[in-house]
Amino acid sequence: MAKQQQEKSFWQKLIGIDRRVIYLIIALAMILPFFFQMGLPIPVTDEVKRVYDYVEGLTPTDCVVLSADFSPSVAPELSPMFEAVFRHCLKNKVKVLVISLLPQGPGLVEPVVQQAARDHRATNGVDYAFLGYQYGFSLVIMRMMENIEAAFPNDYYGTKTSDLPVMKNIHNYEEIDLIVSLTGSSNHRVWLTYAHEPYNVPVAPGVTAVIAADVYPYLQSKQFIGMLGGLKGAAEYETLIEEKKMASMGMEAQNWAHIVIILFIIIGNIGFFAIKRQERA
Amino acid sequence: MLWKKQIPLAIAFIMGLIFGIQYFVPHRISDQFFQGYLDWGIVIGIFGSMLGFISFYRAHGMRVKKKAPAWPYSLIAIAVSIFMALAGFIQGRETGTIYSNMYFYVLVSIEGTMFSLLAFYISSAAYRAFRARSAQATALLIAAIVVMLGRVPLGEQLSFWSNIWPSLPSITNISDWILNVPNMAAKRSMELGIGLGIMMLSLKIVLGIERSYMGSD
Repeated sequence: MAKQQQEKSFWQKLIGIDRRVIYLIIALAMILPFFFQMGLPIPVTDEVKRVYDYVEGLTPTDCVVLSADFSPSVAPELSPMFEAVFRHCLKNKVKVLVISLLPQGPGLVEPVVQQAARDHRATNGVDYAFLGYQYGFSLVIMRMMENIEAAFPNDYYGTKTSDLPVMKNIHNYEEIDLIVSLTGSSNHRVWLTYAHEPYNVPVAPGVTAVIAADVYPYLQSKQFIGMLGGLKGAAEYETLIEEKKMASMGMEAQNWAHIVIILFIIIGNIGFFAIKRQERA
Repeated sequence: MLWKKQIPLAIAFIMGLIFGIQYFVPHRISDQFFQGYLDWGIVIGIFGSMLGFISFYRAHGMRVKKKAPAWPYSLIAIAVSIFMALAGFIQGRETGTIYSNMYFYVLVSIEGTMFSLLAFYISSAAYRAFRARSAQATALLIAAIVVMLGRVPLGEQLSFWSNIWPSLPSITNISDWILNVPNMAAKRSMELGIGLGIMMLSLKIVLGIERSYMGSD
């Protein structure tokens, strides 16, 4: 009886691990991989490959709108995504219009834009335009279909958009070859409704892992050409462009965090079933 | 009553009707009307933002004035908002400016920290609540574990059977299937339901049946 009591207390302990212990283990699982990289290969999913292939197929006369519609809370997932796609475009000399429909967006991506431009020797206003934020979200998207310069009269640095050489042959959606909307909410659907459906502009969302599940119906219906989902999507894109940066490093941390969470779930269930069995006995 | 009820209802009805027709009429006048709406929409929205600023300073100002609980935080909110605005106006917002540094080293860090706390809460909650109590809960548990493994590189490495029998799906393949088939079926039905609901609600607003957006009084 005493032995059984002792055994029971062990199972009780197993399902009652102090949350501070869990927090500590999770913290270690996420911090340590940044210092000890395993360098596991990152398999590329079809939806990411489709976005990569599409950008790869663009020429220097083509133009991509990169919309940084995210805030700092989701930046660790979406900023590497933005960087990977932006670098890919610069590498292929594809024109890029960087915009944001959320006020926090431009501040977040400006250093990324500048660093990538330096690395690829791209010039603001010539190879790409950093148009910054404009109020109105869906109204801005609708305005862009008539006239991009009217929607963004000045760029982020105050230069008139019409004076930028990169804008010479770009007036509305007819000259846009791809829109990549990076968002931590369902904002990608607004691009779908107001840009893709009426004007058939190809759209590819880059979303957080939480939102990724919502995008699959639109992938199957081919309304989105592909998708970058969560940090994994960013890491896959980095793998494809052969520029491993923050997303690939972050995947190691995510790797171990997922493993630790799964282990905790298994431990919790073992304890749960052991107690249930004892109660039945 | 006329200003609070009849006129807003009339505006909703007339504008709903006009935009309903406008969408299907590809005419110059229709396009001009739509462009006017876009300009007005943005202007009204910006005025709405101004109301937001006024409301922010009024609410926090009152808290400071009345020395309400935690009033020092309201004072900090007011002071920092003014400081950020001044820093942006005076020095600009390019990389290296005070505005940019405050944004990156304070706001981004704070928001990032708040969001990252989720990882800790989710881990603890999953450990405590994710139990295979029933057949449905077990299915959910297995699906969750497979998707979690499938979303990280280790999932592919753990699929040792794929090397022995290449025809068998790896954890990543199974995870992709879960997302592409059962998940998508559920999402699609939800999306259709939401879409039909939006259509119905819009019609009810235009026809004046749904009036809760006008407030209670």
